[in-house]
Amino acid sequence: MTSTYRKILVALAALCLMFGLAACGDDEADSGRTGDAATEDGDKAITKDPANASKGTIAVGSKNFTEQFILGEIYAQTLEAQGFKVRRRLNLGSEQVAFKALKSGSIEMYPEYTGTALTSFFKVKTADVPKDADEAYEQAKAEYAKNNITALERTPFQNTFIIASTKATADKADNPKTVTDLFANNPDLSISGFPECRQREDCLLGLRSEYGFKGKFVSSDGKFSDLDGGQSDLTLAFSTDPQLALTDKYTAYEDDKKFFPPYNITLGIRNDTAEKIGQEAVDTLVAVQEGMTEEAMRELNRRVELEKQEPKVVAAAYLKEEGFTQ
Amino acid sequence: MIGLPIAQLQIDKPGGADDCVSSNGFCPEWIAENIDRYWTPLLEHVYLTVAPVAIGFAISLALAIMAHRRRWLTGPVIAISGIFFAIPSVAAFFLLQPLTGLGYTTAMVALVSYTLLIIFRNITDGLRNVPAETRDAALGQGLTERQVLYRVEFPMAVPEIMAGLRIATSTTVGLAALAVFAGAGGLGAEILVDKRFKSNVVVAGGLAVLLAAAFDLMILGAQRAMTPWRRSRA
Amino acid sequence: MIAPGLAFLGDFGEAIKFIFQERESVSGGVQIGGIPELAGFTATHMYVSLAALAIAAVLAIPLALWLGHLGRGDFIATATSNVGRAVPSLALLAFFISFVGLGYTNVIAVLVLLAIPPLITNTYVGVRQVDRDTVDAARGQGLTGMEIVRKIELPLALPSIFAGMRTSAVNVVATATIAPLANVQTLGEPIITPQTYGFVGQLGASILVAVITLLVDFLFARLQRAVTPEGVKLARPAKARRRFSFPTKRSPKQA
Repeated sequence: MTSTYRKILVALAALCLMFGLAACGDDEADSGRTGDAATEDGDKAITKDPANASKGTIAVGSKNFTEQFILGEIYAQTLEAQGFKVRRRLNLGSEQVAFKALKSGSIEMYPEYTGTALTSFFKVKTADVPKDADEAYEQAKAEYAKNNITALERTPFQNTFIIASTKATADKADNPKTVTDLFANNPDLSISGFPECRQREDCLLGLRSEYGFKGKFVSSDGKFSDLDGGQSDLTLAFSTDPQLALTDKYTAYEDDKKFFPPYNITLGIRNDTAEKIGQEAVDTLVAVQEGMTEEAMRELNRRVELEKQEPKVVAAAYLKEEGFTQ
Repeated sequence: MIGLPIAQLQIDKPGGADDCVSSNGFCPEWIAENIDRYWTPLLEHVYLTVAPVAIGFAISLALAIMAHRRRWLTGPVIAISGIFFAIPSVAAFFLLQPLTGLGYTTAMVALVSYTLLIIFRNITDGLRNVPAETRDAALGQGLTERQVLYRVEFPMAVPEIMAGLRIATSTTVGLAALAVFAGAGGLGAEILVDKRFKSNVVVAGGLAVLLAAAFDLMILGAQRAMTPWRRSRA
Repeated sequence: MIAPGLAFLGDFGEAIKFIFQERESVSGGVQIGGIPELAGFTATHMYVSLAALAIAAVLAIPLALWLGHLGRGDFIATATSNVGRAVPSLALLAFFISFVGLGYTNVIAVLVLLAIPPLITNTYVGVRQVDRDTVDAARGQGLTGMEIVRKIELPLALPSIFAGMRTSAVNVVATATIAPLANVQTLGEPIITPQTYGFVGQLGASILVAVITLLVDFLFARLQRAVTPEGVKLARPAKARRRFSFPTKRSPKQA
C-alpha cells in the first residue's frame, strides 16, 4: 500500500507541477501581449456610453486602398465601441472624391495624408510643402479649418513614397544606397507606379525633373507584384508596405534629396460632427492612434495584403491587441 | 516616437504567413476559408442582373406589342436601342453620372438600356415568325386579333423570346461586372479589390461565369416547361 | 428643375471643353486634356482594337467557314457564343494581368479572346443558312469542297460574317476602355485617373469612347449592307439584321 500510495502521490505531484508549469508557460508566451496589461488596460479601454446611440449615425469614409480601409475601420470601430451608430463608406476613391464628400457632408470624417491634403486640396506646390512632419500638419490643419473641418492630431507614422527594387536588381546595380546614385548609374531602369503618378509633379514628373530619372514608366498599381513578375525594375512603394520588411527579397533606396513630402495621417472631421459626438469621443479617436507606428502599420498591412485577412478583422485585432477594446 | 503602449501589436516574423498566399499562387485553402467574403458581392451581382433584365423585358414587351400593330415603330425602336447598345458600358456609367449620380441607379439605367435591343428584337422576330397559316386558322376560328396575339402568337414565340432572355441575361452578367465604375458593387468590385491576387481573380471571375451559366440553365428550363409541345430539338 | 438641368449641361459642356482644350490637372502643375493628348489615347485605343479584330478574324473565320461547310460545328458554335457572352471582360483582363502580366501583348490577347465568339458563331450560322440546294447543285457540277466554300458559301455568308464583325468590333472597342489597368493607355486612362483628369476628364473620355464606338458600329453596319447582295437584302430583311445569330431551333415555318 505504501509504494502504491507513494506512486500516486508522485503522479499527482507531477500532474500539479505540469499544470503549474503550463499555467506559467502560457503567461510567458503571452507576455508582450495583453497578459500583463490587465490592470493598465482599464485606463485605455474604451467605455460604451449608451447616450451616444441616440446622437445619430456617423458616416465614416476612407479612400480605396488597404491602409485606408484599415484606418477607416479602426476609427469606425472606435466610435462603435463608444456606442455610436456608424455608417461606413470605405471605398470613396481618390482624395478628390473623398474631400468633396467630406465637404458636402455625405461623410463626416476620413483619414487623409498631410502631404496629399496640402498638394491636392490646398494647391501647395510639392517643393513648398514643409519637410518637417509637424509643420506640414500645422499647415494642413490651418487650411482644413478654413473649410470648417478639424484636422485631428497627426499619427506617429507617416506613409511616404519609397523607391524599391528586388534584391537581385540592387545587387546588379552594385547596391546604391540613395536614389541619386541609383538613377545616376543606372539610367535604363524602369519604374512602376499607380496610374495617377504619370502626370503628377510630386511623382513621376518630379522624379524626372528633380532626380533626373530617365527610364520608362509602367502604369500599374501592382508594386511588388510588378517587381516579382519582371514588369518593372523599380517601383514606387509606400513606407508602410509589408514587403519592405522582407529585406532578403527587396531593397529600398534613401530619398536623399527629400523629394517626397511628409505623409502623416490626420483624421479630418467636420466641425459640426465634432460637436455632435462630443470632446470625449474626439479625444478617443486621437487616443487610438497611439499605437500607429510605422512598424505597426506595416504589420496591419501585412495581415491584409499577404495573409489576405479582411480589413475589418485586422482593425478589430489592432484595437484589441493594443488594449482599447476587449 | 510616442511612448510604447503597454499592450503591443503582435508582430509576426515577416514571411511567416501562408506561403501560398504570400507568393501569390492559386490557393484552394485560402479560398475555402475566405469564401464568405464573396457572398455579398455575389448577391449584389444577382440583383444587378435580374433587375435590369426584368425591367428591360417589361419595357421591351410593351414596345413589341405596340410595334406588332404599327410596324413602322420597329425601325425607330431598334435604331434607338441599338445606339444604347453600342455605347460601351463604362462610358455609359459615366455619362449618366451628372444625371443620376454615383450608385445603383446609374448602373441600373445603363444595364436596362443594354437589354432593350436584344429582348425587343427577339420578341418581335418571334411574333413575326409565326406562320401566316396559323394566324389565319386562328382568325378563321373566330378569335379576335387580340386573342390571336395572346393565345397563339405569343406561345409560339416563346422559344425566340426565351432565347432573347438568355442572351440578355448572359450579357448583363458580364456588364454588371463593370458596374463598379458606376459606384455599385458586384463581383467586379471584388475583382478590383485585389486584381493581382490570383485566387481572388479566379474566384470572383469564376463565380460570374457560373452565375451566367446558372441563369442560362434556369431560363432554358423555364422554356422547356412552357412549351411542352416542342420537346424535339432541331 | 432648372438648376439641375443647367448643371447637367454644365458638366457635359465642361467635358466637351476638356476634349478640345488643355487645362491644368486636378493635382496641379501639369497640362492635361486637349486634342493632342486625347488623340494619342485614341490612337492607342484604335491600334489595340484593330490588331485584336484582325487577329481574331484570321483565326476564327476560316475555321468557322470550314466547320459550317462540313456541318459539324453546331455544338462549338453554341458553346463559344454562350461562354463568350458569359465571361465578363473585366474578369478576363484581371485574370491575364494576374497570371500573365501587363502590356500590349496581354491586352491584345484578351481582346482577341473576346472577339472570337461572335465571329465563329455568325460565320458558322451564315454558312449553314446557305441554301442546301445551291450547294448540291454546285457539287453536282464538280466543284471541290474548297471551291464551294470560296465561290458559293463565303459570298453568301458575307452578310452574316460582317454582322459578327460588327458585334466583335463593338465589344473590342468597348473593352479597350479598361486597358489602362494593364499599362496600355487607351481612352480609358482619364477614366481611371480622376486625380489627374477629374470628373470632367472622365466624362470627356466617356463621350469620346461612346462616339467612337457608335462610329465603328455605323461603319460596320454600312459594310454589312454593302456586302449583302440585293436579292438577299429584299428577301430576308430580318435575318440580314440579325447580329446574334446562333443555331436556333428550326423555325415553325420549316418544321
